[in-house]
Amino acid sequence: MSGLKTNNRAIKWLDNRLPIFSTMNHHLVDYPAPRNLNYMWNFGSLAGIVLVIMIITGILLAMQYTPHVDHAFDSVERIMRDVNYGWLIRYIHMNGASFFFIVVYLHMLRGLYYGSYKAPREVLWGLGVIILLLMMATAFMGYVLPWGQMSFWGATVITNLFSAIPWGIGDALVTWLWGGFSVDNPTLNRFFALHYLLPFLIVGVVFLHLWALHRFGSNNPLGIDAKGPQDKIPFHPYYTIKDMFGLGVFLIAFAAFVFYAPNYMGHEDNYIEANPLVTPAHIVPEWYFLPFYAMLRAITFDISIPFTGIVLIDAKLGGVLVMFGSILILFLLPWLDSSPVRSARFRPLYKQFFWLLVVASVVLGYVGAMPPEQPWVTIGQIATAYYFAHFLIVLPLLGKLERPKPLPASISEPVLKGGGQPQGAAATHKPMEKA
Amino acid sequence: MAESANAGHGGEGETRRDFLYLAAGAMGLVGAGTVAWPLIDSLNPSADVLALATTEVDVGQIQEGQAITVTWRGKPVFIRHRTAAEIEEAEGVPMADLMDPEPDEARVIRPEYLVMVGICTHLGCVPLGQRAGDPKGEYGGWFCPCHGSHYDTSGRIRRGPAPRNLDVPEYEFRDDTTIVIG
Repeated sequence: MSGLKTNNRAIKWLDNRLPIFSTMNHHLVDYPAPRNLNYMWNFGSLAGIVLVIMIITGILLAMQYTPHVDHAFDSVERIMRDVNYGWLIRYIHMNGASFFFIVVYLHMLRGLYYGSYKAPREVLWGLGVIILLLMMATAFMGYVLPWGQMSFWGATVITNLFSAIPWGIGDALVTWLWGGFSVDNPTLNRFFALHYLLPFLIVGVVFLHLWALHRFGSNNPLGIDAKGPQDKIPFHPYYTIKDMFGLGVFLIAFAAFVFYAPNYMGHEDNYIEANPLVTPAHIVPEWYFLPFYAMLRAITFDISIPFTGIVLIDAKLGGVLVMFGSILILFLLPWLDSSPVRSARFRPLYKQFFWLLVVASVVLGYVGAMPPEQPWVTIGQIATAYYFAHFLIVLPLLGKLERPKPLPASISEPVLKGGGQPQGAAATHKPMEKA
Repeated sequence: MAESANAGHGGEGETRRDFLYLAAGAMGLVGAGTVAWPLIDSLNPSADVLALATTEVDVGQIQEGQAITVTWRGKPVFIRHRTAAEIEEAEGVPMADLMDPEPDEARVIRPEYLVMVGICTHLGCVPLGQRAGDPKGEYGGWFCPCHGSHYDTSGRIRRGPAPRNLDVPEYEFRDDTTIVIG
């Protein structure tokens, strides 16, 4: 478990001058990981793989796409009909965006449930939130490129969010974002350029994310620190094989959508070419933005919102602040959660509030897809209130009010005693006893 | 821990493991190839490009001695309505004088219409000689200004660095005055 082992002289020669092999060995092969990681720890590597899939298919699509208002829609149809396997590449890219968010949301929920954001992993968590923001910007701009009705009106609505900024700044800012007086060719061109750029920034932040991760190593389902080498196993082969198995399961689900329901998560209006004179009857963003969209629409009144105290803000600005605040608040999470216990397994109350947060988010997603009418407005407001209360009221109080269950002495203790806590699958057995 | 994995394995166990490695590796390779092919193939000419792969030309409008240039698959195609003198000259050249020996009959369907891809076989420039005032080279055909290749009235390379005669595309006469290239 220590150092690169090879007899290949060429590898030794290169590695001595550029230690690329020993670095990879250190981080992907020998890298000691807690022996009790369960399948919830698969989603980080899955997200990385989806990012690579998106970049490869995206580069190929960019080679066939024309970023001009007169040609964009037709060039996408050409990809679907005329380019060899263009339909496949586009459907992989389209559904890949959805699956990227599925994987990342599960990755985040894992972090929330097992307290992975707590010290000393606050920066790791914050880098993850930055990745989420970059992903959202990338996905939004990518959705504009096919230049369908939803592309155009989605772009119009989202860029207009910035017009909520008061003192005349907002309108000037929106004109600057557009490069004109409406969403038009300059907007499409810059969105294309940025949609190509941002994924590479994501790759950069992913490396920072991994760097921060490998500083202290992965958290684990027990949320306690490893006491020594007996609590860890080498990443390869134990977690490479586990990640490969998870990848197989993921690819089956992904392929099922790509080949059998490629447009299930899309919106049919985006197969109508953009028309600046006609707004579709019901604009909805892609599903992965729906909870945030619901929070935007939840603020229908001109009063103060919880975390800004007494300042009066109009409904438009309030909605925008709430929507962005719902993500920015995640940056503060490591300091809002006052409990020293990481894993929800030992936090009976937090566990229930965690699931309440999941329910509130799902409800918000559902409300986001509904028209802005009663009862959805009220339901959305209640769910929005809980979302913020969870982070701003529940988590700070819970650390003081909750009595956590006793923590095991070490990661291996419950395993070796047998019948301890339920454990992650393969890694819990003494690895090579049978051999 | 990991080291103990290989302890106690006899020759038989290793054979089985080798088989699993090979079988899994081969399966993985087939899978990777299956995924890679659509990605690579997407860069090949698409259906709309292939649909434009033939060009129809009315050659009846070309006066004797005149030449026109049409576009076929993004490339210039020279069509010259040759004079009797030019045809005679092209047919009369002894094979021994040619750098890339090819009789004139093999390069035309009807001797009066010479149809060639107008791209110098050296490095891809478009030779001069289509318009009335152009230099036609020392052999009365075409002259490539890039590196000085001279082509005769059959479009055959006679002098200069080009390795081959100008290419003759696949074409056919749909009727007396219409040809379809490609």
